[in-house]
Amino acid sequence: MNLGVQMGGEELSLEKVSAFFGKKEIVKSVSFDVANREVMALIGPSGCGKSTLLRCINRLHEETPGAWVRGRIQLKNLDIYGPAVDPVEIRSHIGMVFQKPNPFPGFSIFENVVAGLTIRGVRKRSYLADVAERSLRAAALWDEVKDILKAPGLSLSGGQQQRLCIARAIAVNPSLLLMDEPTSALDPISTAKIEELLFDLKKNVTILIVTHNLQQAARISDQVAFMYLGDLVEVGSTAQIFTKPTNVQTENYITGRFG
Amino acid sequence: MMFLQGRFLPVAVQKKSEVRSSDLAFLMALRGLALILILGFTSIVFFLYFQSRPLIAQEGLSFFWGREWSPADNRFGALPFIYGTLVTSALALLLASPVAVGSALFLTVLAPHWLRRPTAFLIEMLAAIPSVVYGLWGIFMIVPLVRTFQVDLQNVVGDVPLFSGPPLGVGFLAAGLILAIMILPTIASVCREVFGAVPTVNFEAALTLGATRWEALRMAVLRASVPGILTAVTLGLGRALGETMAVTMLVGNRAVISPSLNSVGATMASIIANEYPEAASDLHLSALTAVGLALFVISLLVNLGARWIGTFYRRKMGF
Repeated sequence: MNLGVQMGGEELSLEKVSAFFGKKEIVKSVSFDVANREVMALIGPSGCGKSTLLRCINRLHEETPGAWVRGRIQLKNLDIYGPAVDPVEIRSHIGMVFQKPNPFPGFSIFENVVAGLTIRGVRKRSYLADVAERSLRAAALWDEVKDILKAPGLSLSGGQQQRLCIARAIAVNPSLLLMDEPTSALDPISTAKIEELLFDLKKNVTILIVTHNLQQAARISDQVAFMYLGDLVEVGSTAQIFTKPTNVQTENYITGRFG
Repeated sequence: MMFLQGRFLPVAVQKKSEVRSSDLAFLMALRGLALILILGFTSIVFFLYFQSRPLIAQEGLSFFWGREWSPADNRFGALPFIYGTLVTSALALLLASPVAVGSALFLTVLAPHWLRRPTAFLIEMLAAIPSVVYGLWGIFMIVPLVRTFQVDLQNVVGDVPLFSGPPLGVGFLAAGLILAIMILPTIASVCREVFGAVPTVNFEAALTLGATRWEALRMAVLRASVPGILTAVTLGLGRALGETMAVTMLVGNRAVISPSLNSVGATMASIIANEYPEAASDLHLSALTAVGLALFVISLLVNLGARWIGTFYRRKMGF
């Protein structure tokens, strides 16, 4: 599998992607591309299929009983739903951060960060320590936890836990980071810290972020995709979507008339 | 009363006494009910203490490590029964815990949805079968099976200490087996709740790091459940320590201390059930009550220990 970084090229490409729970179509034939090292925000009212779409991209959707996907998703040049593709392998190249911070219970801060590496059998202490420091620095958490690495991950505050989860996700060096409303459970200060962090992260990784917070989408993203009732209504540059949307539903949503 | 003032009543009505009087009656009723529990507990402690005093006055604390039990000669040592209880319970835990944890894990995470409820129901039904029925079933099913196993094992590996002595079928091994089956539903149903309480996102987070399902289960579900599993196992142990009827029917009922699982023996519960109806002397009765006291104390210690372990782990894990 060739996942070498190609500067500028397309990181992710969705082609007529539909997601189902049984017979119910949650995401309806969505197509868009995300360029390398770009931040794309997925916005739309609750239940519009944003999170489900996100979960199709790392093949997490199919883990729910009765859930299935149609269409084509390409990561770099790899069709991730291709017949010879192992979902476990795919997931290890795509990081994910969830809505609520979810460090592993019983794992120390250190063990949480390097969990993705220890799964793969990496045991070398010095290497793990190195990765842990690098990831925690990248997640802007190192200074706060460098003296308490052996403390339980759950002993941190909510905002710190979420940055710990970001460190955990980027420790395995993914080229794509999926974020499902990563700040919706956090206070404004923790939210600001994480938004700031995203600016640094996007230097190295492509980010697809689901958010309910339109200001957040405007602040951090390069592109915005607006979804409504499972359809992709409009996708465009952040400036264009927020200043002159072409679709009337998009305009209504971003001006707060519904949603 | 503090909680009534703080939580139940809005500030404005706190000073009105007629509003509080009905709450007060409710509170007193609850206190009365709680008092019954405390009285019951203390009366058991006092009963055990006073009944066993004559025996302890004669034998002293050496009663608890005396090896000889011979009511006809007025010689009473409880060690064989303490030993029997611990051996059969430990054996039961060793056999039941992996099966219970495994089946609970299967039922909460892996089993197809249509299979989960019926199977869980079936396992819980095991707990509803009366102990004496287990005993009967044990005599007709477990004992012959154990005997065959013992004969075959001695034919293959010869006389090893753990399985030496005549293959009688009844004894520690049979009693441990029946106990294992009896405590299985207790451990499994508590474990099922423990695993069910682990958020799905933890499991998914492990998947997104590139874990296989088994690795994700181990990382996100099993490790988070360690305190809960320990609690479940303790509840099972509590049941095994005190279980009487089925054990009495299978353990052989001889005051023997032997390292062999083939050996017959007796447990604290079984000796009380066996000898109490025929106890002739006051001292014999007192001795049996003292065995009851020992059983009570050991159960109490096990429970306290397990609580301590649970708290220790929870704190260590940051819950």
